[in-house]
Amino acid sequence: MKKVLAAPYLVWMVVFILVPLIMVAYFAVTTADGAFTFDNLAAVSQYANIFIRSIWLAAISTVICLVIAYPLVVILARINVSYQSTVLMIVMLPMWMNFLLRTYAWMTLLGNNGLINMFFGLFGLGPFRLLNTQGAVVLGMVYNYLPFMILPLYNVIVKINKSVIDAAHDLGCSNFQTFIKVLLPLSIPGVMSGITMVFVPAISTFIISRMLGGGSNLLIGDLIEMQFLGNSYNPNLGAAISLVLMVIILFIMVILNQFDDDEDRVLM
Amino acid sequence: MKKLLALIAALAVFFTCACSHIEDETDEAAEGEEVVFEKDEEYYSALKDDNVTINVYNWGEYIPDGSDGETINLNAEFTELTGIKVNYTTYATNEELYAKLKSGGASYDIIIPSDYMISRMIKEDMLEPLDMDNIPNFKNIMDRFTDPEYDPGSVYSVPYTWGTVGILYDNTAFTEEEAENIGWETLWDERYAGNILMFDNPRDAFAIAEEMLGYDLNTEDSEKLHDAAELLTEQKKLVQAYVMDEIFDKMGAGEALLAPYYAGDAVTLMEEYDHLSFVIPESGTNLFVDAMCIPKGARNKEAAEMYINFMCEPDIAYAVADYIDYSTPNLAAYELIDDDVKNDGISYPDDEYLAEKTEVFENLSDEANNKIQNLWTDLKSAEEYTPNIWIVPVFMALCVIASIVILIRRHVKKKKEIF
Repeated sequence: MKKVLAAPYLVWMVVFILVPLIMVAYFAVTTADGAFTFDNLAAVSQYANIFIRSIWLAAISTVICLVIAYPLVVILARINVSYQSTVLMIVMLPMWMNFLLRTYAWMTLLGNNGLINMFFGLFGLGPFRLLNTQGAVVLGMVYNYLPFMILPLYNVIVKINKSVIDAAHDLGCSNFQTFIKVLLPLSIPGVMSGITMVFVPAISTFIISRMLGGGSNLLIGDLIEMQFLGNSYNPNLGAAISLVLMVIILFIMVILNQFDDDEDRVLM
Repeated sequence: MKKLLALIAALAVFFTCACSHIEDETDEAAEGEEVVFEKDEEYYSALKDDNVTINVYNWGEYIPDGSDGETINLNAEFTELTGIKVNYTTYATNEELYAKLKSGGASYDIIIPSDYMISRMIKEDMLEPLDMDNIPNFKNIMDRFTDPEYDPGSVYSVPYTWGTVGILYDNTAFTEEEAENIGWETLWDERYAGNILMFDNPRDAFAIAEEMLGYDLNTEDSEKLHDAAELLTEQKKLVQAYVMDEIFDKMGAGEALLAPYYAGDAVTLMEEYDHLSFVIPESGTNLFVDAMCIPKGARNKEAAEMYINFMCEPDIAYAVADYIDYSTPNLAAYELIDDDVKNDGISYPDDEYLAEKTEVFENLSDEANNKIQNLWTDLKSAEEYTPNIWIVPVFMALCVIASIVILIRRHVKKKKEIF
């Protein structure tokens, strides 16, 4: 009976996840005529600098998200429960609006005649070049993915028993020691899933770099899109780039899981 | 008494509103007094009772659809006239259209690609030859467009609109003399660094560089393409952003001073913003034609040809040109156009210029397309400073080391637990 209930999702998984993945892998190792080849994968290496830039920008965004989210969540977990839900709702609020619209709004905010430069203009400063920079791309990612860091962190940290922290204090831990020895290890699962949920979409984003990066900060996502909608139609190379991207993400996830497992075991 | 006054006041307000509304309507009617031509009822009613639906795949914002409440909805007019329903969808680039057709899964009866894409599709046998007997209005098309290089003898396509590429500029930032001298080289002028927008589309961007260098716009010569890429790389530090449709917002908001773009869209923008002007460089430019075609596998070829014929009706072609501001290849429609528009030098440059200084894109070989694609990727991904190159490998190495350390620690701990 239980198996029957799982069937719809199983079918869904096979049709919309497994089959497309196999197709990506198949296209990546074939030519346009369907013959087997490694040329596509070899050709990906010429885009190493784009990969590096994407990983770098995604890593920066993830770190910034973590640095912003962690203190917020720790403070949030301590305040009155009724305030907590209000703050959480405010965190979620931007997500009620379409992702593209939110990014579009940043275009008008950051422009040379945008609101931010107009504000600086009041003091006779600027205009600064804010839009069409890598900084703008990172900002766009942080803004869009911050809730994905806050929510998993919150779910974990709010469940940490306060008496554990009190005990640490009683046994003579300073605040810093409590954080390092107690709070941080206990919150690692939340940190890890937060990092995953920010890093993965950040590394494969493409529209943010086009809208906020001025089109000259090409990321992997843009590169893949160009293979399908660019000057030459080359789905095989596009698939190969996607495959490499997936392997990179897999590798990073494996590394992150090492941290996760280890800390879990310590807690046990 | 007060109530009565209020009632009178309310009635008065109501009537003024109603009256002014009526006035509006009459105004609109007078303004948009559409020139309506007799249509051949017999021809158009051939499929009236067959309950046919055709799938039309066109550029975004490329037909009067009645959405602003003032213009007619051409697809609805067509349905009313012929009984054929129109399923209308849009795309943003030729390449998107191509990818969609190539990957299958969708069937269209009418597509409207540009010149070079048409020749590519002809070469790859993706288009259905048209039966011109079913499109009597083809006679309305100007001679200049009836035997194009991309489709010799007009076997597969009927021109829908055309236009040229020029430079849109912010006229508040240029003196009259400067404005007169705007040409392609202005896009390389250091004085406007950071205020130049550029096509985010390799074919158009390369065409500008090739025009600067005096090369053929359809060159496949590897060295010439390299030269063009080099010139574009040189320009990169002056370019604020590589954009397409965002030009509307950015130029409108005064974010940038110069942007190359298509004449039709430029006219639309200039109608909206006084501070924008448009110039077609003296030295020459690209002339593009978007034409209606029927892709292979179309289910309703006869109905599709009827649609093409309908689009070539003088009044319909005029409505299209009037609404989307692109130039019409339809001579009968051209005659209906205001003299102001004809003579502004933007939509309809003089014949001599068109004949001598403009060039139409043709399909390039796969090698040349790949070459351009690669050069363009290099151009866009190259950074002026690359201090980050080593940081990521180091970051990766740290990750690996960290995971090894953790594994060892865990191993040691396990051993301790055992004892």
